[in-house]
Amino acid sequence: MTEPISGDTDQRFSELLDDCVHCGFCLPTCPTHVLWGQEMDSPRGRIHLMEQMHEDDVLTQAAVGHFDNCLGCLACVSACPSGVAYDALIDHTRHKVEEQHERPVPERALRGAVFSLFPYRARLRMMRGPLRAYQATGVGRALRKSGVLDRISPTLATMERIAPPLSSPPPPLPEFVPAVGSRRARVGMLVGCVQGAFFPEVNTATARILALEGCDVVIPRSQGCCGALSGHSGRLDEAARFTRALVEVFERADVERVVVNSAGCGSSMKHMDRTLEEAGADPAWVRRARAASEKVVDLTEFLADLGPQAERHPLPVHAAYHDACHLSHGQGVTSAPRELLARIPELTVSDLPNKEICCGSAGVYNLFNPEPAAELGDRKGQDAAATGAQVLVSGNPGCSMQIGSALERAGTPMPVAHTARVLDASLRGLGTEVLLGP
Amino acid sequence: MSLAEHENAGNTGRAATADDAGTASAQRPATASPRAAAVADLVPHLRAILGEDGLLTDRSQRRTYESDGLTHHREVPGVVALPTSADQVAAVVRLCHEHGVPFVPRGAGTGLSAGALPHSDGVLLVTSRMRRILEIDIANECAVVEPGVANLDITRAAAPHGYYYAPDPSSQQVCSVGGNVAENSGGAHCLKYGFTVNHVRGLDVVTPAGDLVRLGGKAADAPGYDLIGAFVGSEGTLGVATRVVVNLTRTPEKTVTLLSAFDSMDAGGRAVSSIIGEGVLPSAIEMMDALAIEAAEAAVACDYPEGAAAVLVVELDGPTEEVDAQVAQVEHLCAQAGSFETRTASSAEERALIWKGRKSAFAAVGRISPAYIVQDGVVPRTALPEVLRRITELSADSGIRVANVFHAGDGNLHPLVLFDDAEQGAWERAEEVSAQILDLCVEHGGSITGEHGVGVDKACKMPRMYGPDDLETFDLFRRSLDPDGTANPEKLLPTPRLCGEQPGVQRDVHPLVASGHAEQF
Repeated sequence: MTEPISGDTDQRFSELLDDCVHCGFCLPTCPTHVLWGQEMDSPRGRIHLMEQMHEDDVLTQAAVGHFDNCLGCLACVSACPSGVAYDALIDHTRHKVEEQHERPVPERALRGAVFSLFPYRARLRMMRGPLRAYQATGVGRALRKSGVLDRISPTLATMERIAPPLSSPPPPLPEFVPAVGSRRARVGMLVGCVQGAFFPEVNTATARILALEGCDVVIPRSQGCCGALSGHSGRLDEAARFTRALVEVFERADVERVVVNSAGCGSSMKHMDRTLEEAGADPAWVRRARAASEKVVDLTEFLADLGPQAERHPLPVHAAYHDACHLSHGQGVTSAPRELLARIPELTVSDLPNKEICCGSAGVYNLFNPEPAAELGDRKGQDAAATGAQVLVSGNPGCSMQIGSALERAGTPMPVAHTARVLDASLRGLGTEVLLGP
Repeated sequence: MSLAEHENAGNTGRAATADDAGTASAQRPATASPRAAAVADLVPHLRAILGEDGLLTDRSQRRTYESDGLTHHREVPGVVALPTSADQVAAVVRLCHEHGVPFVPRGAGTGLSAGALPHSDGVLLVTSRMRRILEIDIANECAVVEPGVANLDITRAAAPHGYYYAPDPSSQQVCSVGGNVAENSGGAHCLKYGFTVNHVRGLDVVTPAGDLVRLGGKAADAPGYDLIGAFVGSEGTLGVATRVVVNLTRTPEKTVTLLSAFDSMDAGGRAVSSIIGEGVLPSAIEMMDALAIEAAEAAVACDYPEGAAAVLVVELDGPTEEVDAQVAQVEHLCAQAGSFETRTASSAEERALIWKGRKSAFAAVGRISPAYIVQDGVVPRTALPEVLRRITELSADSGIRVANVFHAGDGNLHPLVLFDDAEQGAWERAEEVSAQILDLCVEHGGSITGEHGVGVDKACKMPRMYGPDDLETFDLFRRSLDPDGTANPEKLLPTPRLCGEQPGVQRDVHPLVASGHAEQF
């Protein structure tokens, strides 16, 4: 049971709703409107449904369905000329849905299972062993071909499909990585749940780049989930609990900035104060969260700001850069990663067509809404293939898994790498094989 | 996703209105009007035509369609139809025709005259799922598209071939071609390239009787009456376009955008007159006043020159040499008129930045005012300075702020009348100022709308521009195609119910009818 929504946040919700002038500029960038072409599955329509919920106190089954359909990609926030804070609106709405709407038993069970697994790195890591063994047998390929999993449970099928191929895990990161050469900053680093469990090499690369660029890197072992997955699903109490713990961890770390390499986490961590406020936390906590949020920075934006110090070695490869929604729309970071990539000698970088449209990953969306997620993944896979690039670069683990699996499904497999791994390869003078495979 | 799951799925234990859950037929209230009964009776037939997924009957879903871009007018549609083909559109319209049920076509719902205001006892026919680009035919310099295709998507598809679609309303990334056809939409570049009507070569139209007919085609200039000309701008009163053949225009060799800042609107107006007077034909001349600039800055940080009381955005396109010469000429003319800063942009990014401020201006006004009315009127170019002065006076006298954003080149004004909708009577006062601005336009030999259309919003203002005989002629024409008045009723032309006055059409018989040359339906 979540905290009841206070009158203050209700009032604020009402004011935020009023900002929408119904111009419709959000429609063409909304992934569900692209798929289904109906008003209720567009931001403008959902805002209308929110108004109905707010003014008439009506929360119909239909409305809940349309709120659930929203990927929370925030492309509408980028597109909106009136500055409607759709991110705050949908978070509040989801909270309200969880508070007031009774979901059917199977749906509740699925949600419970997902949220007792994904925000916990240790539990996710425990899945690595069985998953690796499973992948080694080749059963997966046969199973995928048979389509049996799709018939039993689309969610299971999605989880099976998007799990990245796992090698043996690299050694855990030390709690402190000293700067190489002259020290320019002392930064904290978020490890992330999915990133930490499934893409540990991205974290290793991140720590290494930061050190090579002259940063002392503090990586507190006690850090947990940032609360993004819970917050974006209306599980506000859970999100607030994770947020408080994380604020404390990085307060203790005594760092100038907190560097995040996962777009979804960074986007959410930039408004931890709003999360606590919505959850009814006292003002002192909200202030602490605000101070912590102000330190949060995406890896690429931090590096672009800092300017290069380490030498970039040539990396002759054609890369396509995919804008993770929670980096481009959620944090407004679009030029920094492209700038960093473009500065690598002999690397060329292309944009994807329809780059503002979500790939369908959207946190745990692809687990709860597998069909539309797969359709969006297929579209994104086609757009990625159309670039003719050798490697797809993205700043979010969810996107990497989603698009990678879509490309494979379409028979046009393409390696997917995090921006950090590309930079790492250049800084260390490794060849392109690191990214492209043998 | 299945709409079937959403429908009839019941509520969530909270209060809900009676007809939230059920179909209209199941929940028909006892007091339903005969027409409501008819629309409810249509539901099974509509479902047979459109499938489960293509028909919305749930009230909360229908409510999301209650207005278009002009939110002051609201009406929950009886049902919402989401056809995917021309055949489905024709079948739905035929059904409406047979049962005397009104239908209202809607594209992306961005219209600003409530032309797509639904009918509570009718079918809202939404083309948002008919959005395939059927053909890009470069050899014939045309594109064939479905009506739900967004205006800008035609340009996106044609761009790799060096072509684009010229009409460019500010909402071009979202507004639909079908809507553009219905409203004869213009845009910033109409000055040189004309309105939608100048770019439509062929149309497939479902008539109000439900017949699918083809007007024109890929070849230019069909003989006989210009039915395309009549259909474009008819605001859904003559039927629904289901397929549109549009001209593609070759992308100019060079395009340069100038941004010139002035310390008064008068000075800006003088620059416009002298540019046109010197025989330069820019593709666009746009003007914004201080309030509009403030809004745009707040929304998109367009970084226009500080302290400007007016900015002109002038775009020149064509062969490189011609454009270069004209750029120098326009810079000179602006300076002569008193510009204190002129910026020139030729790269796509820099030009986009200049346009960003202008194109976002309407919606951006939401940043500086809780609510506003976007007015749309036309005056002869020479009357611009006088009319702008009078608008400023009107604003000062009434205490209601008016921001001005307009196509200065063709005298198409877009005053934005700002008000606070939470304040009692504020809308009425703003509406009054807005109406007085239209009177100013008509007084000066202009029009009550340039490109937003008449819809519901201005239907009652038509008599300010047209005499009773004019209106009756329009009505006769309309009735020749829609004798029962089921196609987007109570739009475009005034009716007694809508306007609460004798609009003229009920008066004497038309002279043509009286002389036996025409038949009164």
